[in-house]
Amino acid sequence: MTDNSIILPVLSHLFTAILLIFFWRKVRIQQIISVAGNLLILGLSIGLFVKTWRSGFLTMQAGDWQAPFGITFVADVFSSTMILLAGIAGLAASIYSTVGISRHRIQYGYFPIFHFLLLGLNGAFLTGDIFNLYVWFEVVIISSFVLMTLGGRKPQIEGAIKYVTLNLLASVMFLTAIAILYGLTGSLNMADLSLKLAKIDNRGLVNITGLLFFLGFGIKSAVFPLYFWLPSSYHTPPSAIAAIFGGLLTKVGIYALLRVFTLIFIPDEFTATMFTIIAAATLLTGAFGAFIKRNIRKMFSYLIVCHIGFLLGGLGMHTDVALAGTVFYLIHDIIVKTNMFLAAGLIYKISGTNNMEKLGGLYADYPKLSLLIAVVLFSMVGIPPLSGFWPKIYLFQASFATGNWYLLTAMIIASFITLFVIARLWADAFWRKKPATEAAVTDDFAEMPWYKRSLLVAPVIFLAAISLYIGFGAEHIMILSQRIATDLKDTAPYIKAVLGREIINF
Amino acid sequence: MELLLIILIGVLYATGIFMMLRRSMVKLLIGLILLGNGANMLIFVLGGITMGKPPIIGDSEKILSGVYADPIPQALILTAIVISFGLQAFAIVLLKRVYVLIETDDMNDLNTPDTDI
Repeated sequence: MTDNSIILPVLSHLFTAILLIFFWRKVRIQQIISVAGNLLILGLSIGLFVKTWRSGFLTMQAGDWQAPFGITFVADVFSSTMILLAGIAGLAASIYSTVGISRHRIQYGYFPIFHFLLLGLNGAFLTGDIFNLYVWFEVVIISSFVLMTLGGRKPQIEGAIKYVTLNLLASVMFLTAIAILYGLTGSLNMADLSLKLAKIDNRGLVNITGLLFFLGFGIKSAVFPLYFWLPSSYHTPPSAIAAIFGGLLTKVGIYALLRVFTLIFIPDEFTATMFTIIAAATLLTGAFGAFIKRNIRKMFSYLIVCHIGFLLGGLGMHTDVALAGTVFYLIHDIIVKTNMFLAAGLIYKISGTNNMEKLGGLYADYPKLSLLIAVVLFSMVGIPPLSGFWPKIYLFQASFATGNWYLLTAMIIASFITLFVIARLWADAFWRKKPATEAAVTDDFAEMPWYKRSLLVAPVIFLAAISLYIGFGAEHIMILSQRIATDLKDTAPYIKAVLGREIINF
Repeated sequence: MELLLIILIGVLYATGIFMMLRRSMVKLLIGLILLGNGANMLIFVLGGITMGKPPIIGDSEKILSGVYADPIPQALILTAIVISFGLQAFAIVLLKRVYVLIETDDMNDLNTPDTDI
């Protein structure tokens, strides 16, 4: 069904960003516009989600050039869910930024760039054209480069070098893969590619192209041998920026992997085995990395890497149950990872450090806030019935069914290490008495006026409430993720929706 | 022509990767630029090089006829070049900034210390 309104979440971000540019030096106005814009976009995303839930696939052919010749935007349930999650995470990060980002950084254009980042993300979720996916990825990475270096402090700049280099390299890989794909099929439309690539006899070449795509997206989503840029750069920007990075940037890589490797390249036995092995390695290395780090945000960065393993493992097993588990995990992960970095920002505001050895006594000073952060942390671990628990059941079930014992072992070890590091964080930062330090640290949080404090805490409560809903209302999310998994597995409706009734064969 | 371009692409990729493996930040940047150009050339070659007329529909015709060049690779390369210009400009400014901050061109002097922000 053709519906031009699906592009609205992208356009609204663009207009908000342009509007923000007119108020370059006026911090208060920028804060209000950004939060209002994000509220509006969240409303639009909910509208889009309801529409796609009712009617399945919505398409928009840019300039009325019919697919496969024009540029197609497709909204299915998967992309509208991702847009909805990006809207939720964006709203939370934007509210947090009003207090959490310094005046100084806002005057350097933090909010417009923030909206450009979300614009790129929403575009990447909606596009049905592989080259456009590349363009949206570039929009995302150039915005993320600016956000990462904004403020220009030394550790930030040093972390950014690895981040910039690796992301540029990933873009080149992606572009190379697109070039080979165009040479093979003469098409760029993803639905059309799915049909044409299935007919190519030279399967070796097709698989190599698939591997190049995996390499490009793998760098972006931080899988096993390619993740090292992430822990060395994600702990340097301010918490609100790290939250949106941790919540959404690696996940857009996973989204692209899920799209490309279910629609265009259906994994054969070799690719599937490779995915599960890399997933297991990602799980273990991420978990052990988190185990040795004593800085909260570095530890969280390794936990991002670790949990990417669950997502990739689900894709590797490629059964209905595994894909449903992956989608469920993705939904849970975006909310929880965003919230986790916001919570780390709160801890930093209170105690002036993110080093676990210097933290302590938070529970005695802030009992209610500690309980809130406990909800965040234990949702991530997946203590039943909190949100991280349910997708793991799916993934365990799928790995029993497909006999991926090493993946299952890695998942169990990673889950236990996550539990251990979170319990250690809880014991160190919240239960232990504050260690005596030479210089008395000032509590920035207590000195703030009440409205600033509530602006910092409100997004954490908002996201914690959503992750509680994901945990306690798991049946609803299960129905949603099973529907998305069915869509991913059976691509015929997607292709029919994009290419229209007459499927052109050359 | 194709053979020449294919060799050129190989050389661009190889030198690009070689330059990226150096320790100097300027060489890293040059490596990235070479790799980007290699990828653009690859699109050009794989799009199929045809000797023929440009893809413009004449006044008296309704559709393209005969041998004509494929316009899509050119459009793709144009987009990719514009994007890589932007990214390279950013990377150059970033590396300049790093040079000002740490006063060396050697990647080995980069270390992200465990400081809190």
